[in-house]
Amino acid sequence: MKKFLCLALALVLALSLAACGGSASSAPAASTPAAGSTDAGTPSASGSAIKIGGIGPVTGGAAVYGIAVQNGAQLAVDEINAMGGIQFEFNFQDDEHDAEKAINAYNNLKDWGMQVLMGTVTSTPCIAVVAESSADNIFQLTPSGSAEDCIAPDNAFRVCFSDPEQGTLSADYIAGNSLAAKVAVIYDSSDAYSVGIHDAFVAEAKVKGLEIVADEAFTADNKTDFTVQVQKAKDAGAELVFLPIYYNEASLILTQADKSGYKPLFFGCDGLDGLVAVENFDTALAEGVMLMTPFTAAGTDEKTATFVKNFKAAYGEDPNQFAADAYDAIYAIKAAIEKAGVTAEMSASDICDALKGAFTQITVDGLTGSGITWDAKGAPTKTPAVYVIKDGVYVAA
Amino acid sequence: MQFLSYLVNGVSLGSIYAVIALGYTMVYGIARMLNFAHGDIIMVGGYVAFIVMTDLGLPALAAILAAMLACTLLGILIERLAYRPLRAAPSLAVLITAIGVSYLLQNLALLIWGSAPRSFTSVVTLKPLRFFDGQLVITGEAVVSILVSAVIMVVLNLFVNKTKMGHAMQAVSEDRGAAQLMGINVNATITLTFAIGSGLAAVAGVLLCSAYPSLQPTTGAMPGIKAFTAAVFGGIGSIPGAMVGGVLLGIIEILGKAYISTQLADAIVFAVLIVVLLVRPTGLLGKKTNEKV
Repeated sequence: MKKFLCLALALVLALSLAACGGSASSAPAASTPAAGSTDAGTPSASGSAIKIGGIGPVTGGAAVYGIAVQNGAQLAVDEINAMGGIQFEFNFQDDEHDAEKAINAYNNLKDWGMQVLMGTVTSTPCIAVVAESSADNIFQLTPSGSAEDCIAPDNAFRVCFSDPEQGTLSADYIAGNSLAAKVAVIYDSSDAYSVGIHDAFVAEAKVKGLEIVADEAFTADNKTDFTVQVQKAKDAGAELVFLPIYYNEASLILTQADKSGYKPLFFGCDGLDGLVAVENFDTALAEGVMLMTPFTAAGTDEKTATFVKNFKAAYGEDPNQFAADAYDAIYAIKAAIEKAGVTAEMSASDICDALKGAFTQITVDGLTGSGITWDAKGAPTKTPAVYVIKDGVYVAA
Repeated sequence: MQFLSYLVNGVSLGSIYAVIALGYTMVYGIARMLNFAHGDIIMVGGYVAFIVMTDLGLPALAAILAAMLACTLLGILIERLAYRPLRAAPSLAVLITAIGVSYLLQNLALLIWGSAPRSFTSVVTLKPLRFFDGQLVITGEAVVSILVSAVIMVVLNLFVNKTKMGHAMQAVSEDRGAAQLMGINVNATITLTFAIGSGLAAVAGVLLCSAYPSLQPTTGAMPGIKAFTAAVFGGIGSIPGAMVGGVLLGIIEILGKAYISTQLADAIVFAVLIVVLLVRPTGLLGKKTNEKV
């Protein structure tokens, strides 16, 4: 019996390791292709259309992002195809926010004949995929993979800000507007996105004279109970809690802080986008939460308004920042393709070489910023905006 | 004051672990198998309660009862279809089947309810209790979790020790063959155990989701593993052991987070488990020849 118990314990250990992948560890394989090949429905022969692959989590805990990117990109592809001229064929594959599944998705897309990759959506899988695409010399533009390493090779570009940029800009904003003197940080030390923002934030906070009174981490395996982290922030007298994390954990932190009677100012980055969309979430808890995100559906400029209207008509909900990033990504690819004179007959490797040069020369007026330009490293230049959640909607701060 | 506040949170988390651990320990005591699908039954309980409460708009009590009913039926169904045919098979085969059932439930939940997290409305309407100018806050969920798990423990102990069916359970756990010779319906007794364990899982699911209101298909996985650890910690097969193990595990986890490292909480928990098993291989309250129910 003892032996049996030993064996069982060993199994538990193995299982808990498997559970590290979190929600990613299990999803029906059948849903992957179903969610995938929704190509633009263009009647044109596949020979004349450039094949763009997409990768992101359509199922799993980060599905909100993947679905948004898929829909945003599809909308852009449909618009471009309707204009005539350059034609795109778009194929989006699920990675469940898991590095291994992202590589599988990447290989599927290669088999399909992908010429340009628009992905992946989240940072950890993106770092894995970018190593492959760099070896294959396939051009990769990530809409929202914000870790530094996502664009480390020269074939990779991105639309969104990098993690460290977000951390630095957040600290600058908090100090510049004197939001608080004592700041607590709660971050996920097992997630590259969170650690990237956290490290840059802490460094910049020191420069700007913000006092970090509590710096508390959690991990992917222990992300439901935040009572200790909240208590420490409260006891340290933090006036502002910085949350460089995703919205699901943030919703739990907001709930637990509320229950313990702690009401600081919460400040987050684009990972918090999606917070008020959680089903049955009490938006009163998010009242006053500030977040730095380059896009909001509440924007009133004509470009945003048209995009929001079309997106809503097609998918029945307001687009979030990830949808906007993906929409901009497709238009950026289009701009670079026109600049470089790429045709559908060219090989993926030739296209990659052409686009690498073209991307540093184009200027895109997108939803997530006007006059976006790229440097040779693949990072964009644009200005961020800060929003406050009021009555469940974003209001410019 | 900080310490007290951490302790209360630890006991509250531990009580939830304890209720889950009761399910593991009862099934192990009687059927001699580790039901790894237990954690996922918790998740199903959470979803059923969510649907009844939020989608149908019925009161919390109806949600809890519906969740208990659904989980009890699910537990019986799983036992009938997956475990009973393997009753004479080697324990390893049963263990693998249990893991298979666990993945099946998670994937079915993904198909039916999707992957987007839902925010669970707490069934507890009790306002947080504040002491010492709000320095010590005890949430309503903590109070309810602790009370409910204590009541469940007492009732379960009475049931096992005082009722005829409870005695049957003890007999089956001690010697299945002899129990059968004495005219005890072994299959019915095991089914009853699964029914009770799964019903408790529903309660645990509602408590868990009330305290940590994020519901996903993987919600039950990690608490399930922790509760299994708690059951082994306290002495698997022993009802008071599951209770003690669960509460201690919760306290160690929270205090470890508070005073050592928020990142190493799980490592600390499992390190303590290893030490306990080295010193007492049968767990804190497990005895080699003790009645195992």
